[in-house]
Amino acid sequence: MDLSTTYLGLSLKNPIVASASPISERVERVKRLEECGAAAVVMYSLFEEQIVHESLELDYYLNRGTESFPEALSYIPDLPDMGRYSVGPEVYLEQIRLLKEAVSIPVIASLNGVSTGGWIKYAQKMEQAGADAIELNIYYLPVDPELTSSELEAAYVQLVRDVRASVSIPLAVKLSPFFTALPHFARSLAEAGADGLVLFNRFYQPDFDLDTLDVVPNLRLSTSDELRLPLRWISLLYGRVNVDFALTTGVHTAQDVLKAMMAGANVAMMTSALLRHSEGHVQQVLSDMTGWMESYEYESIRQMQGSMSQRAIENPAALERTNYIKVLNSFQEVSGGPLPTMNFSLR
Amino acid sequence: MVQRNFEAVDQTLAKLYEVTVPAAVSSNLTRRPTVPTEAPAFVRDVLGAMIAGDGDSIPVSALPIDGTFPSATTQWEKRNISLEIPVWEPDLCIQCGKCAYVCPHAVIRTKVYAPEALEGAPEAFKSTDARFKEFPGMAYTLQIAPEDCTGCTLCVEVCPAKDKSQVGRKAINMAAQPPIREQEACNWNFFLNLPEIDRTALVPNSIKNSQLLQPLFEFSGACAGCGETPYVKLVSQLFGDRSIIANATGCSSIYGGNLPTTPWATNRDGRGPAWSNSLFEDNAEFGLGMRLTLDKQNEYARELVQQFGAELGSDLVNGLLHADQSDDGGIAAQRARVTTLKECLHNVDSPQARDLLSLADTLVKKSVWIIGGDGWAYDIGYGGVDHVIASGRNVNILVLDTEVYSNTGGQASKATPRAAVAKFAADGKATPRKDLGLIAMAYGTVYVARVAMGYSDVQTLNAIREAEAYNGPSLVIAYSHCIAHGINMRKGLDQQKLAVQAGLWPLYRFNPDRLSEGKNPLQLDSKAPSIPIAQYAYNETRYKMLVQSDEQRAAHLLALAQQDVQRQWQHYHQLVDLYEAEVQAQVTAAAAASSNGSPKEQA
Repeated sequence: MDLSTTYLGLSLKNPIVASASPISERVERVKRLEECGAAAVVMYSLFEEQIVHESLELDYYLNRGTESFPEALSYIPDLPDMGRYSVGPEVYLEQIRLLKEAVSIPVIASLNGVSTGGWIKYAQKMEQAGADAIELNIYYLPVDPELTSSELEAAYVQLVRDVRASVSIPLAVKLSPFFTALPHFARSLAEAGADGLVLFNRFYQPDFDLDTLDVVPNLRLSTSDELRLPLRWISLLYGRVNVDFALTTGVHTAQDVLKAMMAGANVAMMTSALLRHSEGHVQQVLSDMTGWMESYEYESIRQMQGSMSQRAIENPAALERTNYIKVLNSFQEVSGGPLPTMNFSLR
Repeated sequence: MVQRNFEAVDQTLAKLYEVTVPAAVSSNLTRRPTVPTEAPAFVRDVLGAMIAGDGDSIPVSALPIDGTFPSATTQWEKRNISLEIPVWEPDLCIQCGKCAYVCPHAVIRTKVYAPEALEGAPEAFKSTDARFKEFPGMAYTLQIAPEDCTGCTLCVEVCPAKDKSQVGRKAINMAAQPPIREQEACNWNFFLNLPEIDRTALVPNSIKNSQLLQPLFEFSGACAGCGETPYVKLVSQLFGDRSIIANATGCSSIYGGNLPTTPWATNRDGRGPAWSNSLFEDNAEFGLGMRLTLDKQNEYARELVQQFGAELGSDLVNGLLHADQSDDGGIAAQRARVTTLKECLHNVDSPQARDLLSLADTLVKKSVWIIGGDGWAYDIGYGGVDHVIASGRNVNILVLDTEVYSNTGGQASKATPRAAVAKFAADGKATPRKDLGLIAMAYGTVYVARVAMGYSDVQTLNAIREAEAYNGPSLVIAYSHCIAHGINMRKGLDQQKLAVQAGLWPLYRFNPDRLSEGKNPLQLDSKAPSIPIAQYAYNETRYKMLVQSDEQRAAHLLALAQQDVQRQWQHYHQLVDLYEAEVQAQVTAAAAASSNGSPKEQA
C-alpha cells in the first residue's frame, strides 16, 4: 500500500503530520512520534511578542527596587554571567537543531511574528538552524474598527512576500477561517510565494465564568466534528489555488485523514488526538487507514487526493449554500419537532 | 532624515517665546508644611524636621532622653505617593470588609454608626444603610485615606462585588487621586471623628466584623502591596489596645519602627500596642522576657489586691482576681474594676498601695506578640523560637514568611522553597524548606497554624484569634507575598491562593486544647493539591529565571518540589489519622469507664 505524499516539496512516507503542540518541546517525544509513523512534525510556535514581553518582564523584575533602599541594593541575585539568561529565540533554535539531530523526518518550524523585521529575522534564524520548512502562523485578532479587511490582507500578503524573499526553504501559511473572500486571499498568498496553506488555525476561545463573572481561558481539545470546516474549504480551494494544503483541526481517526485526502489535502495534521492518546495513536490511525484502503481496493493516497474536491464530485453545489437548507430539513425529519423560526424565513 | 532634523529645529524656533519674569512674586501658591500645623509639637518640630531631611539641625536635647518615641505618628506624614486611589461605590458594596482586611497600609476603614452622626458631614461624604444583623438601623461608611494610600490595588483585586451591567466596575475601583484629593481628605477627617464601634457589642468572628475594629497599625512605610502588613494590622485590630510586641529585625522592624514616624497607633483612650525591636538572634527571648515580667507583675498585683481586701471590699477583690477576660466585654469590665481600684488606692498612703497603683494595669489581660520574618524564625532566631515555645508560656509568635530575607535583599532562608532562586541559592535552592510548623507541633503543647489570607481570609482570622486565646505558646506562620518573589504585587493574593492550591502551602490549625474536648487537634483547612506547582511557580521571577538560565536544572528541581508537595500532604493526612485514632481511643476508654464505674467506686 502506497501511503506516500508530498507536502511543500518534501517527500513524506504518509500524510500524517504532528501539528504544533507541546509534544515538540521534548526530543524523546518527537522520536517516539517518528517511531510510531508520523511523517513530519511541526514545532510549537515561536512567538516574537512573547520573546519581547519575556525579556522586558525579566528585566523589570530583576531590577525592581534596586538601589532604592539602603539595606538592600537588589532583591534578586545577579547571575555570574547575566548573558546566561536565554529569553531570546535561542532555546527554540537549539530545539530545531536537537530535533534535526534526533529524527530523520522533516521538522517544520512555526513562527508568529509582530513586526516585519521580526518575521524575517526569526525566519532566517530558523532556516540556519536547519528547519526543513517554515509555517507562518498568522495568529492575530483584528479588533480595531479602523482597520479594513483589505488593509489586513495586503499586510499579510506583503509579509509572505518579505519572508519568501529572505529564506529559501519552503513556506506554509496557517490561516484562521475568518476571511471574507478566502479563495481570493488564498490565491494572493500563493502568488506572494506561499508553498502551502494550513487550514485552519483553531483559536482557543475564552469562556465566561458565571460564578466569578471573569473571562477565563478554556482549553478544549478538538473533536472530529470540527473537521468539516477545513474539509469543506480544502474541497473548494483544491485545483483553484496552486498550493499544497494541510488540513488541521478535527483530525482524530483514519476516516478523518482519508476525508482530508479526498478533499485535496496533501497532509492531515494532528494535535488534540496526540495530546489525548499520545504518540502511539499515529500507529493505530495508519493501520486503520491501510485496512480501509485495502477493503475498498485503493492503491495509494495519491489516487484519492482531491477525489472529492468540488471539481471532482458529481454535485458541486453540495458544498455550497444550498446544503444549508438540506441540513435544516434533515433536522426536522430527525427531531420531528418544530423548526427554528430562522428556517421559516429561509424558505 | 537630515531634512527632518532641520524641520524639527525650525519648528522649535518658531514656537519659542520669551517668558517675562515678574519683578515680584505674585503667586499665592506655597508649599505645604511637612507636617500639618495641628500636629503635636514633638511631631511638628522634631519629626517634621527629620521628614524634611533637616535632621542634622535638630539639637540632641530635643530627642527623647530614653529613646522612647511616641507612637501613632505616621498619620501626620501624608506622603501622597499614589496617583490613583480606590473609590467606594456604596450601591454595589456588600459590606464584606475584604478590601479593608487586605489593605497593607490600613487606608481603607469601615464604620457602623448612628445616622444622626452624619450631621455636618461634607457634601461628598458617602454613607449607606449598614447591613449588619447586630446593628439594625445604623449607617455604614467605607472611607479611604487619600493621602496615605500607596495605590497597590489589592483592594480592587479582592473585591467580590461586580456591577451586573458592567462587570469591570466593582464596589471599589481605582480613580485618579489629584482631582479628589482635597475632597476625600476632608471626608477622611470627618470619618475619623465618627464614633468607633463599641467593641463589647461585637464578636469579630467574621471578616466584616473584624474590619469595624480600629487598626492600631497604620500607614507604614512597607512596600505598596506588602504581603506582611495585613496580618500585622489584623493583630492590632483584634488585640492592639492591650498588646505588647517584641519585633525581630527585618522588614517588620523597619516599617514598624523606622524613624521618623511610627505606624503603631493608639485609640481614643490612648491605648495601643507597646512595641520594641530587638535583634535577629534574641527576639523570641526578648518577647518571653516581656511575658515573664508581666506574669511576675500580675502575680505581685494579685497578692497586693488580696492584702487590701478590707479596703477594697470582697466584690471588687473577687472581680479583680477571678475576672473572665476571654472577650472584649470581659476586658472592659476588668478595666472598669482597675479604675475603681485605683480610685480606692488614692486615699491609701503606703508603699504597698503605691506598688499596687503602679501595677494595677497588669491585672488586665495582656497579649504578648513576638513578630518577625522567616530569616528570624527559621534561621538566626530559631534556637530562641524553639526555647520559647518549649517554655509553655503564653506568648503568640507571628512569622511573616516571605520565604526569603526580604529586608536585606532576598537571601535564601531555611524557608526558601526548593527550586526558587535567591541570593546564596542563585542556581535554585536544592533542598526543601524547613517545616517549622511540624517541628512546633511535635511538642503537642503549642498552638500552631499555617495561614494565607489570599486563600482563606476566615481561616487566617480564626487562627489568629485561637492563637491568642490559647493559654500557652502559639505559632502562626503566615504566607506573605513579597517583591523579592519577582511578582506583580497586585496579584499577590492570587499567588497565595495558587500556593495553597498547588499544595506548597497547606493550611492547618493545630490546637492542643481540642484533644481534651475529645476533638482532633489537627484540622487541615485546605484541600489536597489540585494544580501543578508550575502553575504557581512560573508566575514568579524567582522560579522562572532558573528556567531561563538553566532549564534542565529548573525542571529537575521543580520535579523534586512536586514530589515534596505530595509527600508533605500524605504526611499531614497521616497525622490527622493518628490524632483521630487517639481521640477515638479516648472516647472508647471514657465510655468503658462510665459503664464500669470509676476505679475508685470499684475499689
